[in-house]
Order: sequence, then structure tokens, then C-alpha cells
Amino acid sequence: MKTKDAPKLDAGKVLLEEVTTGGVKTPGKKRSLWRTLTVPLLAVITGLIFGGIFIILTTPEVYQAFGESIGAGLKAAWDAVWTAYVALFTGAIGSPARWVSAIQSGDPLEIRRAFNPFLESLVASTPYIFGGLAVALGFRSGVFNIGVEGQIFIGAIFSAFVGYSITGLPGFIHIPLTFLAGALGGLLWGYIPGWLKAKTGGHEVINTIMMNYIAFRLSDFLLSGPMKAPNQFNPVSPPIQETAMLPRFFGPPIRFHLGFFIALATAYLVYWLLFKTIWGFNLRSVGANLFAARYAGINVTRYIILAMSLSGALAGMAGANEVMGLNHNLAMAFSSGYGFDSIALALLGNNHPLGVVLAALLFGTLRNGATRMQVVAQIPIDIISILQAVILMFIAAPAIIRTIYRLRVSPTETTVVTTGWGR
Amino acid sequence: MEPILELRNITKRFPGVLANDHISLTLNKGEIHALLGENGAGKTTLMNILYGLYQPDEGEIIVRGQKIQVHSPTDAIRAGIGMVHQHFMLVPVFTVAENVMLGEETTKAAGFLDRGAAAKRILDISSQYSLEVDPNAYVKDLPVGVQQRVEIIKLLYRNADILIFDEPTAVLTPQEADKLFEIMESLAKQGKSIIFITHKLREVLDAADRITVIRGGKVIGTTTPAEASENKLAAMMVGREVKLVIEKKEPQVGEVVLNVENLVVANDRKQVAVDQVSFSVCAGEILGVAGVQGNGQTELVEAVTGLRKAISGKIRLVGKDITNSTPREITELGCAHIPEDRQRDGLVLTFPVLENLVLNTYYISPYARGPVIQWDKVIEDSRSLIEQFDIRTPGPYTDVGHLSGGNQQKCIVARELSRPIHLLVASQPTRGLDVGSIEYIHRQILNRRDLGVACLVVSTELAEILQLSDRIAVMYRGKIVAIVDARQATKEFLGLLMAGVPEEEAKAQVGPIETKEVTGRELF
Repeated sequence: MKTKDAPKLDAGKVLLEEVTTGGVKTPGKKRSLWRTLTVPLLAVITGLIFGGIFIILTTPEVYQAFGESIGAGLKAAWDAVWTAYVALFTGAIGSPARWVSAIQSGDPLEIRRAFNPFLESLVASTPYIFGGLAVALGFRSGVFNIGVEGQIFIGAIFSAFVGYSITGLPGFIHIPLTFLAGALGGLLWGYIPGWLKAKTGGHEVINTIMMNYIAFRLSDFLLSGPMKAPNQFNPVSPPIQETAMLPRFFGPPIRFHLGFFIALATAYLVYWLLFKTIWGFNLRSVGANLFAARYAGINVTRYIILAMSLSGALAGMAGANEVMGLNHNLAMAFSSGYGFDSIALALLGNNHPLGVVLAALLFGTLRNGATRMQVVAQIPIDIISILQAVILMFIAAPAIIRTIYRLRVSPTETTVVTTGWGR
Repeated sequence: MEPILELRNITKRFPGVLANDHISLTLNKGEIHALLGENGAGKTTLMNILYGLYQPDEGEIIVRGQKIQVHSPTDAIRAGIGMVHQHFMLVPVFTVAENVMLGEETTKAAGFLDRGAAAKRILDISSQYSLEVDPNAYVKDLPVGVQQRVEIIKLLYRNADILIFDEPTAVLTPQEADKLFEIMESLAKQGKSIIFITHKLREVLDAADRITVIRGGKVIGTTTPAEASENKLAAMMVGREVKLVIEKKEPQVGEVVLNVENLVVANDRKQVAVDQVSFSVCAGEILGVAGVQGNGQTELVEAVTGLRKAISGKIRLVGKDITNSTPREITELGCAHIPEDRQRDGLVLTFPVLENLVLNTYYISPYARGPVIQWDKVIEDSRSLIEQFDIRTPGPYTDVGHLSGGNQQKCIVARELSRPIHLLVASQPTRGLDVGSIEYIHRQILNRRDLGVACLVVSTELAEILQLSDRIAVMYRGKIVAIVDARQATKEFLGLLMAGVPEEEAKAQVGPIETKEVTGRELF
């Protein structure tokens, strides 16, 4: 019997092992965790290298300098990339020199300003965590939820409505109520394609894309009519009640709010659900092998619907988070692609809640840092988008990274072939 | 005499595995050379190298004294090497002639197909080797055995004179298999050379001129049927003594556990696949269901286990009506199911062994407390199951998909037999498994029978049915055409029933059958 010890490429299983062994150390586990992280890490590095090439190619000064001499050209190229990435870093994390001087000055506003970039990155990561969890839960359960963006919108509509229309509630009731309203909206928007898939076989990819369009136009319609703030020129909803706003921890300009911690708690909850409960077992079985799930006595129809609904609910929370923590109202096109990025980051995070959190932090940081890169290094926003896309491309297709760095596929993936079984 | 084909020191490595370790083999003209080995021994890898699907890391292939490079099946065919695959490569809605011509079309002027010329050549080939195939018949109308002959004609049409047969009898009835052996003999007599891949000992002794046994990627030895015996070959294959006959006690038959009455079930194409079937299985006995693949056995098992809806009829398990109950309800009444397609239905290949071992018990005590799964308990029990059922795995966390077929099946057997059951439904329980695993799984099934479990065993392997059953039901075109006492059944008699010959006529053909002892039969 040729079976070799299997380095597991799946973060989920590595963690499952971690949890189930109850702290008993097994040899080779460190290595497998390392293997799990190798590809995403190399993807990011490769993405940054390619991004650097793009920056060089699109900076006019570099061409001019090359006109003078090769040395000057190389220097200009290096300068362009260096400036851009320093700006990206300081925009995302902040500048260490500024932290020191701010603390020395003792001025509270200055301290807040110095640390704001880092906290702002966390703010930007928060909807990514919810969105990534939504996609990851779907993937684990065998449904491909492309409708996260639409579910974010519906979640935002629901929570904005509950947030501004209900008055006189104390915060400790109004906040959870508004947040859950957002989850409910997303749940509804996920339930419909889930039901269609389970009962009629209508493919969820097509249906969730269509549900996205309905959600976008529905929100446009509501904002230009029924939900439009009466004394506003712009199509925005009235501001939500103060009792529905997620509390912020520091004074302006820091916008860091409770949503980040709710997101972390939700990630843990999703992890617990998927890997520690019978519901999670059901969801994962349905996702991994429909036939075996049926054989095992699981009601496959019910769990497909449940998977899409829960996925939608998580996406809806992203919408609620933006309304309650950041914007305090509902505006048109407020999400700007969180839902679609979430698909990529769920893949980057191996569809595991912990991986999703890490990937979301990376995405939030990149997004936040990119703003400063645009201002300081004068890099067009389009190039920043290209940079992000290149990184994503390498992440989403690990085979490219394996080819570039000649990483060996784990031997067990080929063992099955050599046993001559199941050709 | 110079061999027609010679393999010298063929070595093929896959990451972490040495699939072929300096294998050398010679094939003489007009010889039937059997390649015998367990699954995973490296037979298929070797043949795929010969057929150009893999490239060897070391070694050379010599055909008629000339060293050749085989980079693709096209190269192989050019060198006169042809392969009859286990799964046929035929277009069902084409005629025999059209199938044979495919890729090698003879044309008339202006590029029109010359079916007539092809048909004539097919008839010539067919009569030369007594293949008895009508070139104008549609492939979909032909029985499996004849479809296989179409595959052989395809090779002969392309002037192949080295023929590789990959597990050719897996899909045949015993009579069809005998006919195939006659054809192989006739081919060999007329100068064709044949490599015959199998893991069935009986066939090798019947049909081969020489036998080469492979184990763990190495040639263990080459022998002839005259020198070898089943026991010797089995020991060479497995590397230890294997008991070919399993001791079997007299059945202690108890009350009826499973009762099926006038059951009608449709297949996926909405045709009636199980037609008014009635039978019952009692505690402590094994009812074997024999039949050629596709005669309704699959649908019958799925209806009994709740995976398929019955159109009409009644199924009762321990007195309770379970017609169209859910799989979970049936499982909870004490039904264990070893499914036919273990990788599709029986296992989640991307789940670790431990999760697969609790695939239908994870939600109840002691594995779940409320909604929370008690992984500590699961781990503890899966470790002991792995030991008890001798599942060869690096550990409970290894994905089941990484295990060999035999060990995957052991996972299912361990899961299904480790809980209290009244009924065991085993469908093709040893398909594709090696001798050692077959022995083990048969022991387990017999052991449950002796403990008073009612067993329904469905198999297309007659040897397996004869080995295990106390009574044998034969299915043909959705009906149970006969239920016979296993002591009065022979391979020939059952083979006729499986081919649709009525019971009385079959009895007349095989003559009187003596009632035999129950104490086990040959396994192969």
C-alpha cells in the first residue's frame, strides 16, 4: 500500500488538526502550515515585482532619464518604484518617524493623525472580512456566490432603513437590530438563488449575477425616491439615528469603529460553525461530495439553501457595517467592488476563516495605501488597480506561482495515479 | 527465436513512488503472456509506457529487434502495438464498420466513405479469427462481449500484431469470458502476440502461456501455468500466504429482516429498471444477487437504502415500512450500506479518514453533544477503528483520497460494520481490490452473518457470489429470474441464468447438479 504522509495544502485541515489534537504536537505540522502559506506569500511578492515593472513602464520620467544615459534611467526607474512602494507602505501603515515625533509632541490630535493610516487600513479591511467569509462559506458548502456585491447593497438598504426610521430605542437594542436587519437583507438575497439552485437546478452563478443587477438598480430607485432624504439634493438616504451608529474608539480623524471586532468575532463564529458543529459538517459534506452527503443522510436540498442564505447574510453584514460604522447613511455605489474582491480574497485565504481575515487585512491595507500612493507618488489610480489585479492573478492561479518558482506538487497528489486505482 | 517485443529495465518514478523498478519482460511471437499483479503493483503504468501514454525514466522498448521510442498511442499503433481498454472506446450510435473505420477511413473517389470495402475487410478479419461480428450492426445493440470483439477488430484492422488486453474479463459473463479466451487462443495461433493484464488467478492459469508476476513495481518472477498453482501465484502477488478458501459455517437462519414485495424502480432515464421484484433476507444468511452489470441491481440497492424512490411496491426492514424513507431513517433502523461506487457515494475523498469514519454517525451521541461535534471522541474511536480494521494510512488526518482502493474500502467497511446493524447491503464490495483486501472483506461479511446480520450482497463477480452466498438471486433485465440454493448452484448454471436462459432450460443444459458442501469455495 503506497501511501505517504500527506502534507496538507488546505489551511482548513491544518487548523482542524490543530484543534482536534488538543495541543499534541505532531511532527511535520509546521512544515505543512508553511507549505500552506508559501504560495500566497510568493504570489504577493511576485505581484509587487510585476507591479513595479508596470510603474516603471508608465512613468514618463523614466523614459526621459533613459534618453540621457542608462545609469540615469535605472536610477529613475528605481526611484519611481521606491517612492511608490514607500507611499504605499506609509499610506497603509503610517510612517514610523511620524509616530515617534507625534508621541514626543504629546499633542493628542497629532498622535491620532500619525496612527490613523494603520487604523484606516483596519477600517478598509472590515467589509472585506465579511465579504470574504461570505464567499468562503459558500465555497466550502459547494455554492459559488458571485452575488456578494448585491447582497451587500441589500444589507445596506435594510440596515439604513432600520437605522433611520426607528427612533427612541436605546443603543444596545438599536445597534444589534440594525446590524441584524442588514444580515437579514443579505440572507434574503442569498436565499432566492439558493432556493432556485436546490429546487430547480438553476445555476447560482447566473442567478446571483442577475440578483446583483436587481440589487444595484433597486438601491438606485430607492435612493432617488422612497428612501431619499427629503432636504437633500444628492440621492442619499437620511442619516441613521445616533443610537444605530457603531461606536468609534478615538476622536477624529480616526474612523476606526466596533465593526472590526464584530468582523473578527464573526470569523470565529464561522470557523466554529464550519469545523466544530454538525451543521458545518453537513455544509462541508454537501460542498465536497453531494452524493456522499446524500448517502450519509444529509438533506442536500436544505443545506444548499442554507449555504446560500448564510453566505448572503454574511455579505449583508458587510453592507450594515459600512452604513453603521462609516457612512451613517446609504449612498449610491458606496461599496465599489468589495463583493467582487471578496471572491479573490476568499481564494487567497484558502476559504478558511483565518485565511480570510489575513487576506482581508492585506486587501484593506493595499486599498488604503493605494490612496496615498496616488497622492504622493503621482501614480494614476488605474495603475494601482492594475497592480492589485496582477497580485490577484498570481494568487488565484497558484499553478503560475508553482511554475515560476518550480515548487513541487505534493507527492500525494500523484500517488493516487500510480496506484492504478480509479483511472 | 527472437522475441517480438522486449522491455528492458523499464523504470518509472512518480514523486515519492517508484511505480516501475527495472522491469524487464519478453513477449514471443504467438504467445499469450499474462501480467499478474495487485492493484497498484505497476501493471497499468508499464502498459501505459508501452502504449506511449507515459515516458519511462530509464529503460528501452525493443520491437522486432529494433529499439523504438513511443511518444504517443499513434507511435504505438505504428509499431503494431494495440490495446483493448477496460472501458471501450466506441461510438454507440455508429455501426461496427463505422466504428472500426473511425480515424482510418477508407474512401472512394471525391472523399466519400467506402463502407462496403471496410465491411468486407471486417468480415474477413472476423471469420479469420472466428470473431463473429456483423459489420452493419449498431454498437449500441450489441452485448458487451461483442462490443469487446469490435475493439479487437479495430486493432486487427490497423494491422496490430502485439495486442494488450487490460483486465478484459471485468465486464463479461463467465460464458463471454470463455469465448474471449477462445478468441485469444485463435489470435495467438495465427501469429498474434498477446499481453493479458489481470489480477484473477483462475483466468491466468486457463488462458496464458507464460505468467509474469509484478509486485511493488518489481518483477517477482515468470512462470508457466504448468508449474504454477493458484496458491503459489497468490503468494507471489501478495508477498505472503493467502487463504483462498474461507471457512464458512452452516448458516443459523433467523427471522425475516428485509422484505421486498413487488418493487418497481425507474432508472435515471425514467425506464423501469427493477420490475416487480420480490424477495426477503433473513437474519444470519447471505442472499447474493448475481447478474451482469446493468440489469437493475444498482437501482434495487438504491431503493432499499433510500437513495432512489420506488414507483410501487413495498420494502420492509425489521417489520417497519421503509418504502421511500430517507437514507437517514433507514440507516438509523440498523441498515449498513457498502455502496457500489465507493468514491462517489461512500466517501468524501477530500475529507480526512477520521471524518469519513463518522460520515453517518457524526450527529449523534457520543460524537455530538448538541450541535457540537466531539472531535476528541471521534479521534479516539477512529484511531481504534484504523487499528481494528487494519486501514493502512499515515494517520486519521490523511485525506481518504490519498489511500489505495483497498484501504478506501476498508474505511467504508469499518464505518458500516462498527455500529450495531440488522441488515448489511454490500454492492460490489470487492470490485477492483487486490487479493489480500478481498480476503479481508469477505471475512468481515461472513463474520457479520454469523453474528446474525442479514446480508444482501450484490456482485457481478460470480466467484464472489458463490463464495459468500447462502442463497443466490439472479437478476436479468430488472427481474429476479430465479432464487437458488447456493449449494446447488454452479458457475455454468448461474451464467446461463444471467444471460436470460429460463431456469428449466438452464437446468437441462448443465445437467444434474450435486448438492455441495457449504464449507467455502475457491475464491478465483
